[in-house]
Amino acid sequence: MNSTTDVTQVSAALDERFGAGKYRLESLVTYARGVAGDQKYVRVPPAELLEVMRFLRDDPRCLFEQLCDLTGVDYLKFPKARDRYGVNYSLLSLTHNRRLWVKCLVNDPDPAVPSVTGIWQGADWLEREVYDLFGVRFEGHPDLRRIMTWEGFGSYPLRKDYPLRGKGERENYPVVTRESA
Amino acid sequence: MVKADYAPHTMTGDDVALTRLDAIVDFVRKQAVNWPRKFSLWPMPFATACCGIELMATGASRYDIARFGAEAMRFSPRQCDLMIVAGRVAIKMMPVLQRIYQQMTEPKWVISMGACASSGGVFDTYAVVQGVDQFMPVDVYVPGCPPRPETLLEGVMAIQRIVEQDGIRTSVQRGRGLRMVVQPKVQIGTTIREETTTR
Repeated sequence: MNSTTDVTQVSAALDERFGAGKYRLESLVTYARGVAGDQKYVRVPPAELLEVMRFLRDDPRCLFEQLCDLTGVDYLKFPKARDRYGVNYSLLSLTHNRRLWVKCLVNDPDPAVPSVTGIWQGADWLEREVYDLFGVRFEGHPDLRRIMTWEGFGSYPLRKDYPLRGKGERENYPVVTRESA
Repeated sequence: MVKADYAPHTMTGDDVALTRLDAIVDFVRKQAVNWPRKFSLWPMPFATACCGIELMATGASRYDIARFGAEAMRFSPRQCDLMIVAGRVAIKMMPVLQRIYQQMTEPKWVISMGACASSGGVFDTYAVVQGVDQFMPVDVYVPGCPPRPETLLEGVMAIQRIVEQDGIRTSVQRGRGLRMVVQPKVQIGTTIREETTTR
């Protein structure tokens, strides 16, 4: 374990603020023979996400000033998964040289997560991407539009039940002919 | 199954003009207009993927597209008459490609270079156009993934052969021949999804 992954202080701070054992840090990966990886994540329900995130950014023991990445997961047909969608936040503390992952799980219908753009400005386009590809709505986002596909695309292509060849979105373009060009 | 609706092309009054002058005009056009023109192609490189690298190699000294008079690549469609679509075209990119084609000066030709531009290639997904010819005219398809520079040069030579015939009316168009031209009446690309899957 090195300083980048040592999050015992973060764990202590979370216990002190939100009650012992409420947010347990778990290993992000498990290697062969049950060896736990040293990178940690914490699972937070959507209702408390903003409070926890703001605490993780501002508390002097945490100080996760930077949101490295924000991604979505569709757990459809995933073994032993109980929730459908996951939104993952990758946090980095430049002060303490630490990393932490935060997972927020939501379900159909109307999967919605509060937006963290008020905490990290850079979440703007990342949340738009997750919204575009997974259909997870980010409440309080200043400008929640599609970012990869075009306006009026209508589907969420990275969902597991979306067919690879699409639902016919590509069929209705105007055709340029020799005469019209 | 969509039945292809083929119908013989009906001749109009203008088509039936049979003079020797006609043949002379064709000869002059071929020798004086098209012959210089085919050695002065100005490509518009629309390079979006690895085919673009081969296109650059074709333009460089070893393969030297200048031997065919097509070395002046311009990045403004207003100065080009040969579009080389090199690489996969995303659905979102298709209107851009169409706009660039429309901005090019007449007469203009299009090479669809490589498997992706011609058919979507391995990218058979919702995001990639399955062949640019669905939405715009294409003159020459160059196979390969990516095509070697020799193959692209062969494509340019094919364009040159097309240019040589440009504006030359065939014997059928002049009123000779069998007076039968089979022309497909199905409009490609405007079909709805159900039809395309069952085709």
